[in-house]
Amino acid sequence: MSRRSIQAAVVLAAVIALAIVVAAVFGGTSQGAVKTGKKAAVNTAVKGKVTFDGIWTSSTGQKPFQAVIDAFHKKFPGVTVNYKPVGNNLPTVLATAVAGGHPPDMADIAQPGTIKQFANQHKLKPITYANSVLNKNFSKGWLSLGKFNGKQYAFVFKAANKSLVWYNVPAFKTAGVKPPKTFSNLLSIAKTIKASGTPAYSIGGAEGWTLTDLFENIYLRTFGVAKYNQLSAHKIKWTDSSVTTALKSMGKILGDTSNIAGGTAGALQDSFNQSVTNAFASPPKAAMVFEADFVGGVILSQTKAKPKTGFNTFVWPQITAGANAKAVEIAGDLMVTFRDTPAIRAFVKYLATPQAAAIWAKQGGFGTGNHNMSAKVYPDAITRATEAPLLTAKSVVFDMSDNQPPAFGSTAGQGEWGLFQKFLQSPSNIKSIQQQLEAAAKAAYK
Amino acid sequence: MSAGGITAEPPVAAAPPPGGEPGRFSRYLTAAVFLAPAFIMLGVWMVYPAVYTIIRSFFGPTGFLGSWVGTDNYHTLFTSSYFTTAIKNNAIWVAVVPAFVAAIGLIFAVLTERVRWSLAFKTVVFLPIAISAFATGVTWRILYDQNPDTGAINALGRVVSDAVTPPGVLSSALPSTSTLQPHGGGLLLKTPLHPGGVALLGLTGIAPQDVPGGAKQAVKPDSQSGQINGVVWRDFKPGGGKPGVVEKGELGLPGVSIELHSSSGKVVQTAKTAADGSFAFSNVPAGTYQAGVGASTFAKPFGGYSWLGDRLITPSLLIAYIWIWAGFAMVVIAAGLSSMPRDVLEAARTDGANEWQVFRRVTVPLLAPVLTVVFITMIINVLKVFDIVFALAPESEYRNANVLAFAMWQTAFSGGGNFGVGSAIAVFIFLLVLPVLLLNVRRFRREL
Repeated sequence: MSRRSIQAAVVLAAVIALAIVVAAVFGGTSQGAVKTGKKAAVNTAVKGKVTFDGIWTSSTGQKPFQAVIDAFHKKFPGVTVNYKPVGNNLPTVLATAVAGGHPPDMADIAQPGTIKQFANQHKLKPITYANSVLNKNFSKGWLSLGKFNGKQYAFVFKAANKSLVWYNVPAFKTAGVKPPKTFSNLLSIAKTIKASGTPAYSIGGAEGWTLTDLFENIYLRTFGVAKYNQLSAHKIKWTDSSVTTALKSMGKILGDTSNIAGGTAGALQDSFNQSVTNAFASPPKAAMVFEADFVGGVILSQTKAKPKTGFNTFVWPQITAGANAKAVEIAGDLMVTFRDTPAIRAFVKYLATPQAAAIWAKQGGFGTGNHNMSAKVYPDAITRATEAPLLTAKSVVFDMSDNQPPAFGSTAGQGEWGLFQKFLQSPSNIKSIQQQLEAAAKAAYK
Repeated sequence: MSAGGITAEPPVAAAPPPGGEPGRFSRYLTAAVFLAPAFIMLGVWMVYPAVYTIIRSFFGPTGFLGSWVGTDNYHTLFTSSYFTTAIKNNAIWVAVVPAFVAAIGLIFAVLTERVRWSLAFKTVVFLPIAISAFATGVTWRILYDQNPDTGAINALGRVVSDAVTPPGVLSSALPSTSTLQPHGGGLLLKTPLHPGGVALLGLTGIAPQDVPGGAKQAVKPDSQSGQINGVVWRDFKPGGGKPGVVEKGELGLPGVSIELHSSSGKVVQTAKTAADGSFAFSNVPAGTYQAGVGASTFAKPFGGYSWLGDRLITPSLLIAYIWIWAGFAMVVIAAGLSSMPRDVLEAARTDGANEWQVFRRVTVPLLAPVLTVVFITMIINVLKVFDIVFALAPESEYRNANVLAFAMWQTAFSGGGNFGVGSAIAVFIFLLVLPVLLLNVRRFRREL
């Protein structure tokens, strides 16, 4: 073959390749919009379809949520809800779907930051039509978590109580101490527990989020909801004196090195799961774990400890008196809507009822702020103990790191997580940690 | 292909007559059809992503067009300590891994040539490369665990350490009151004693299951003339009790060695405590004394080295990685060895060279091309190392174990969401790999 013919072939092939690339890049947006339910409602019977992208998969709650959907379907036979279990990468999937112009009708989102972003982009529909149901069943504190730009866009359907401490009952008995009511009480029983021969604290420091949760609870208990939300939105700088105070309190726990299972070095290499199994082993390697309601599940599945006789829980002790002592930090799933149809409206209103909450609550692994649902619905004493505070909570805050840009609030070894691990390593270094936190926050909020 | 004899045919673009010679266009078409798959693949999976990444590296974190930041991303790459750690660590990886992998591979290859079961041996050394790097990471993480009950390496350390210095009976114990002061690894009662005195040595921080067997209720001994009596006991009962006071329910600690110091600080007598924790020094001449617990009682058991801590994390990762790749190097070098002309070696031996000289002056120079292949492969591998860091390092040490590819993934995909800086790292890695690649291509050309 001559040289020129080869050149021509090369050019032609390149053109074909380019055409395919162009088609691949720009062809993705040509799909039609997803059809949604009909608008007209015959009498009271609403008809239509609702597509729902959810975080719950078959192992994490798809079944109980499907039970909720089935109960709804009985009430509204004309409406079918198609639940799609997307799993943990739901935020990415949603972001892509929203950018591509075909989001699902509804979704549950665990990051208020993501919801805010969608609301700002006008991708979400307000759910103000459900206000009467919501106001009847939820306190203002709860509803505020779903308000963005002054409008109700979402509400917390499923919540986890993060303001808890779990303790090894035999270890407390050996030390002869009772669950503390105040922070100073906590520190003094920790001393007694150490004298009894068991380290008081088990810290899962290999994963930064356990440390930020500890900080968040201390900050919330000391300064209350308003300041917490300001810090969470980076309206207060991390170099603020309130952060100094909270870190000093935190240092009283993390600085008590010989009272932490495995010492500082051990704590930095213990995962969250290990920190739980350490504390509830027999004989115990530690007496207390600071973490959310889901610790109970880990204890039951990975240790031999039994509820009440082996493990129990208490509410994060009071630091300053008043409302701050009763505030609750939660993580959870907020219901959002990307479209507005009668079918969607019916489903949203149904989800806000105590009946809907009770269906899942009965099966465990579920907390709610729906105060018209009775705490008796919860399946066992431990769940009642962990979730009942949510029902009466007036001041509720969302896990701070879920509100922050992920680069700062939720990246392994980086930002807040990495810096709190540094703090665990040298808890006296408050000033330098604050400056580094502020620098990292500034970069992430840019 | 020869087209010389068909010039009489008109060069038509349309389909040539059946059976006739293909026209110019259709020859291009044939060539294009054959080349197209390769070009499409190259275009879609190589050229387009590469070009896009380079362009992307000059834009901001998320928005693309309109967020032009110039070289800011590269500036971040070379100033932020997070990335400089990655660059520094990558330099260590490049400096250490290829050399060690090649050296260990060479040693194995040369030695296995001379053993009977060389195939079995080679298979075993080669096995790690058949395991996914992720599984290797998880396995080595357990091996490296600081707790000797979990980590095999530290378990070995404990066997050795405990044989040299056995742990004391009460290694975790602490004094219950400030009258007991640390003294040379042990504890010493500050209060001076005279014959007829009673020493109360209260200890806390002892878990019930750690109390030595056979312990009985502690009893405060009576004063006896010419003797110094005392008791060592677990000065704790539920709720704390009164520190320094022997109470009901508090156990004596048997088997603890007690030392009696004279006023000059010399140990004049020693004693062991009984089941109720009591001890007695008899025939004590008049004078001032101090009683204390010997250091051996508190000797700590081996706690394990922090292999995955901030200081040792990178060396630990390097060891695991070399373990994976040494087998690869061995196999490649062994292949090179087997194709080496034997007569050269024989000639050298005949000329009186010893084995070391043969190895150093003949084998290694002859193996140079193969060693270069190993080196180049390893340098490229190491520049993009990721999985072993991800799987082996605990999250708390990601910062210290950071390497470029890991930083790229974390910055762009895992939470960071900063595609600008992520692309900049990718371009930087590409630039680092480029000279090695060019070298490799040139070598290929020469060999062909």
